[in-house]
Amino acid sequence: MANADSKSSLIVPGEATERCWSCGTMRAQHFCNSCGKVQPAAPVDYFMFFGFPRKLDLDTAVLEKEFYALSRRLHPDVFAQAESVERAWSLEQSSMLNDAYRTLKDPIKRTEYLLRLEGVELEEQSKQATEKARATGELKKQVVPPDLLEEVFELNMHLEELRGQKELGEDDPALLEEIGKAKLSLEEKFDALFNELKAEWKKWDAAVDSGTEEQLAQIRDQMLDVLNRRNYIRNLVRDVNEALE
Amino acid sequence: MSSDHIVGIDLGTTNSLVAYMQGDVPAVIPGEDGLNLVPSVVALDENNQMIVGNAARKYLIETSDRAVYSIKRLMGRGMEDIQEELKLFPFRLADDLLSGEVLRIRIGERTYTPPEISALILRQLKRNAERFFGGPVTKAVITVPAYFNDAQRQATKDAGRIAGLDVLRLVNEPTAASLAYGLDRRKNGVVAVYDLGGGTFDISILKLHDGIFEVVATNGDTHLGGDDIDNLLIAIALDDIRGDLGLDVRRNGEAVQRIRKSVIEAKIALSSEPSAKLDVDLPGGKKYQREITREMFEQLIQPVVDRTIGPTKQALKDAGLKPGQVDEVVLVGGSTRIPKVRQLVQELFGRAPHTGMNPDEVVALGAAVQANILGGGSAITKEMLLLDVTPLSLGIEVAGGVTDKIILRNSTIPASATQYYTTQVDGQTSVAIHVLQGERELARDCRSLARFDLKGVPPMVAGMPRIEVRFLIDANGILHVSAREQRSGKEAEIEVQPSYGLTDEQVEHMLLESYDFAEEDFRQRQVIEARREADTILAALSKGKQSPAWQELSSEERAKTEELERALLAAKDGDDYAAIRKAIDALNAGTMHLAELMMDTAVSAALKGKAMDGAEADLPEGEGAQAGHPVAKAEFK
Repeated sequence: MANADSKSSLIVPGEATERCWSCGTMRAQHFCNSCGKVQPAAPVDYFMFFGFPRKLDLDTAVLEKEFYALSRRLHPDVFAQAESVERAWSLEQSSMLNDAYRTLKDPIKRTEYLLRLEGVELEEQSKQATEKARATGELKKQVVPPDLLEEVFELNMHLEELRGQKELGEDDPALLEEIGKAKLSLEEKFDALFNELKAEWKKWDAAVDSGTEEQLAQIRDQMLDVLNRRNYIRNLVRDVNEALE
Repeated sequence: MSSDHIVGIDLGTTNSLVAYMQGDVPAVIPGEDGLNLVPSVVALDENNQMIVGNAARKYLIETSDRAVYSIKRLMGRGMEDIQEELKLFPFRLADDLLSGEVLRIRIGERTYTPPEISALILRQLKRNAERFFGGPVTKAVITVPAYFNDAQRQATKDAGRIAGLDVLRLVNEPTAASLAYGLDRRKNGVVAVYDLGGGTFDISILKLHDGIFEVVATNGDTHLGGDDIDNLLIAIALDDIRGDLGLDVRRNGEAVQRIRKSVIEAKIALSSEPSAKLDVDLPGGKKYQREITREMFEQLIQPVVDRTIGPTKQALKDAGLKPGQVDEVVLVGGSTRIPKVRQLVQELFGRAPHTGMNPDEVVALGAAVQANILGGGSAITKEMLLLDVTPLSLGIEVAGGVTDKIILRNSTIPASATQYYTTQVDGQTSVAIHVLQGERELARDCRSLARFDLKGVPPMVAGMPRIEVRFLIDANGILHVSAREQRSGKEAEIEVQPSYGLTDEQVEHMLLESYDFAEEDFRQRQVIEARREADTILAALSKGKQSPAWQELSSEERAKTEELERALLAAKDGDDYAAIRKAIDALNAGTMHLAELMMDTAVSAALKGKAMDGAEADLPEGEGAQAGHPVAKAEFK
């Protein structure tokens, strides 16, 4: 993962940066402009790798097209007969290409990646992180979003009740219906949050071009808040599904 | 590059094949017996010679303790993984096996690891290809089940090395099949490959896009295939024999193998007939006979066939696709000939599967296509590129025995992840890392790949070192790990203890050992090569004799050249490659003057402005005016 403090040494894609190791002419990022040879991977972030600005409202069709085009030139299959140094660089470059594509094509991963690049600390919300926290006895920060407080409280009561009934082998259709309704409401909120995130993307992209540092910071905080709420709901839905199983 | 053939090999559980690209069309190379399929059976014959394929099959029955089949089931596995296998297959493990050691199988007096046995099969395929080309074959693409884990892939690669092959790439079987399928269909769309072979099941979903074959999801079961169906039928027969005839032949290797042969024949017949007969001669002159109807058969195998449903649904889910969004389903593997299997596929995808490809050969043909791509490609493969995925998530064990996944399954490979580690105790100089593969939450439920010791960490206060560990899965699906302590910039030393693999030294040792056995191979190959070179120079000479330059030689020179020519012809008939080489060198030297004269003719023709085409007509085929010695072996092709 590229780190944020290497900003100053970032390489502008498409422009001549260093000399080609093979023919000595100035080269572009992945290949020599002159002889076309593959170059060692430069320390760039995933956006830079594709020659994209650090913006979030990305056209995934364009991304896919670029991914295919770069794959055709960087994949190890293309270098099967090349000298070993080129084979090694192709492996490095194409693994970075795949990592970058995988991250950028997913809207959530893309947002999280950008926030990390910008120095924002994201809380690990994955299932593993939860398990890990449980196993090590660490207390995991789980701040309930204020607008959900009431709903979550009620849902947790219901879930507790359901678990109790399950142990006794009882079945309460009314309770199941309540939980089902709550789940549906959560899923709706989950989808709405994605639209909220997309709105923040547009603000961010505009601010990258003409915003102040304060504005950018504010949007970052907004996005982090949306992601946290989204993760919270996702975990909640997962708990519900587990309880219903 | 066209002179060194890169072959594609399907190293199957039941059968293996070798194929190559014949112009624009991939083709299977037949064995000496004229058959395309080489049964993956290895046996020691009466003279203690290792034999492979159809010839080895009869020993399964005659001397079953000196023959091995379905060895692929044991590749990259440890003792604890194969308890099920041992109940169902007559593998005879070495008596002195230690826990954690690579398995060794007894054949006759000696023991062999699964990669060594696979190497014997690969060597046979290599020989078949060498006989076919009349020259050495040293590079290959080998296919593996998509759902093979790191250890199974590494074991396959080791087998290739032991067989004297440079394995340019391991390709997933369903992906290879899609290459053969997509070669002559320039279609874009979504293809599912359903591959039910002798011992493994794979399902892969691919996006075909202007020659790019992008795997979007794969799933499978490396313990599911035709073997399982055979074992069900064998169990029934054994029960019958015990009940009806009062004979317990379960421990009788010969009887079991006779039954196995009979049930396989019946299974195959049942794909086209409404019923089939089992007919087995048992020890003591007794006979076992029974009829099996298609209906009974289908009922019996239902549970086996149904085990493909889960992985198929999971792959579709991972791909984010509904069955209706799949444009075509390609069937691969001999077991997809079973009507019940085809019916299930049709139900799963809501469409009739594509059955236009030979399910036994399509994987090898696809491997040949990939071999061609790696060799630089030809007109038809130039635009083709395979983007495959890792079938299983890669994780590391963290506190509490939990798996922390760092590369998720279905990530396009090559793929990488970087993790940071530090120390827990002041002055600590090594850090242990446990690498896992699998989808389960707890480390103990995942497959242990290796334990690494990061050594040589500079002694610092606990928590100070920052060790960057990079995990890279290459295009073969094999893991590489490198580490660096960031504060000192020092490369950390990594000691790999593969959980169930051979070390490099062991592979090297086996390679040397196999050379001893292969001396005869080597000699034969040398003869083939020398003869081929002799043919080239003799052909060049007979062309030279037609040129005006021949008449410019003195009659002694002509007589001497013809004497050397006769000597080479005579040597070529023998099988002493050194003698052939000597005669080639003598003829080469003896025709130096002729070569010079022919060059002069060509050059002066060029100076006179005569078209080089015309002048070249005077030169032996394949050689231009820049050739130093027209009757010498061509340096370029």
